[in-house]
Amino acid sequence: MAESEQKNENSAGFEREAETGDPAAQADAAVEATTADAESAMSSSGTSAAPVDSAAEAADRPVEAAPVEVPESFTVTLIVRRYDPEVDDEPRWVDYDVQMYQTERILDALHRIKWEQDPSLAFRRSCAHGVCGSDAMRINGKNRLACKALVKDFDISKPIYVEAIKGLPLEKDLIVDMEPFFDSFREIQPFLQASGKPEKERHQTIAQRERFDDTTKCILCAACTTSCPVFWTDGQYFGPAAIVNAHRFIFDSRDEASQVRLDILNDREGVWRCRTTFNCTDACPRGIQVTKAIAEVKQAMLTGVKL
Amino acid sequence: MSETSSSLTLPDPKPQRTRFSGTLYRGNEGMWSWVLHRITGVAIYFFLLVHVLDTSLIRVSPEAYNAVMESYKNPIMGLGEVALVGAVVLHAMNGLRIILVDVWPWATRHQRLLFWIVMGVVVALMLYFTPNHLVNVFSPTEGGE
Repeated sequence: MAESEQKNENSAGFEREAETGDPAAQADAAVEATTADAESAMSSSGTSAAPVDSAAEAADRPVEAAPVEVPESFTVTLIVRRYDPEVDDEPRWVDYDVQMYQTERILDALHRIKWEQDPSLAFRRSCAHGVCGSDAMRINGKNRLACKALVKDFDISKPIYVEAIKGLPLEKDLIVDMEPFFDSFREIQPFLQASGKPEKERHQTIAQRERFDDTTKCILCAACTTSCPVFWTDGQYFGPAAIVNAHRFIFDSRDEASQVRLDILNDREGVWRCRTTFNCTDACPRGIQVTKAIAEVKQAMLTGVKL
Repeated sequence: MSETSSSLTLPDPKPQRTRFSGTLYRGNEGMWSWVLHRITGVAIYFFLLVHVLDTSLIRVSPEAYNAVMESYKNPIMGLGEVALVGAVVLHAMNGLRIILVDVWPWATRHQRLLFWIVMGVVVALMLYFTPNHLVNVFSPTEGGE
């Protein structure tokens, strides 16, 4: 377990969710561990399993002897950048101490602040499982989904800084006005445009579908667009998210309006504004290779769409 | 850090530095290479401005040109030239990296590795250039006559 915790942030995110999400699997792992491991892992409970030679023997042990892992809570300091347009002239940093558990996420910390300490804290969240894309925010200087950022991935000896995403108008606390972002999205015509009526459905080979598979994963959370240094200074730039969603249809073999979208993006504020800083690729909670997608759209403009 | 807020007592607001201040975005190699590229690019632009002016002076008066060139031959300018060459080398090498990242899918995937290769090449070139150049700048025989 200790080893898996050393893995890098991105790849480990999914594994850990799986690992910590299943208490039964954790208990199994603990039984299999050596006495020393078990003792260190469960120091809080004060009990340790007697060593056994076989799995059958382990299963036959009395239930009372089985170690019960008592989750240990610890204090995490969150510094949240608050802004109330009716009171504040400018945003201010506010500290909160929250009791957190290993398996929890930044979103849980924000909930705990809102529900137990300060109900005036405003932030967006909906599904809380990394699908709706509502809770993108800047956590310790990087855009992340609060519901996918595990507390244990952060250095909790230092405070964790949470603030709204950058480059969109700040409305309140962690909430920004997403309209400019969705305007860019609408502008690239994010819908299938195909003429003619097929008998049953529009056929596509597995390879043709694979071509744009990566960019279908977008959840429009704006983490990429608001991580882009070009977008911060030039709000007119379409931004990575709009280009990713254009890519999804430009390279779709069923779509007939690729050229229209390429013309829209071949604009002063289009793909050529991209300076390949790769912040967007790092920020994407779905692991989309955003900068690669933008580079492919650039290439499609120069040499035509290669499906 | 120490103070904890409750629903009854809100903590005092902390003094704010500027209106737009927040934490610095913690980008990776790509972002910092872009920052370096911008800084070196602007610096080289201002050098070129001066360079065009002092070179065009030769059309006005060769004596004035010689006088200006002579004023450049001092250690401060010599060290400035190290910075200038460093900026040009960095901008050139990173420029090649950006071209590769845009046109070659392999480079797009391995941009991080390419950044460190660029840094290595820049360091190697500067390790070659700097000692040779500084010997010229500080050698007494070269400077005077």
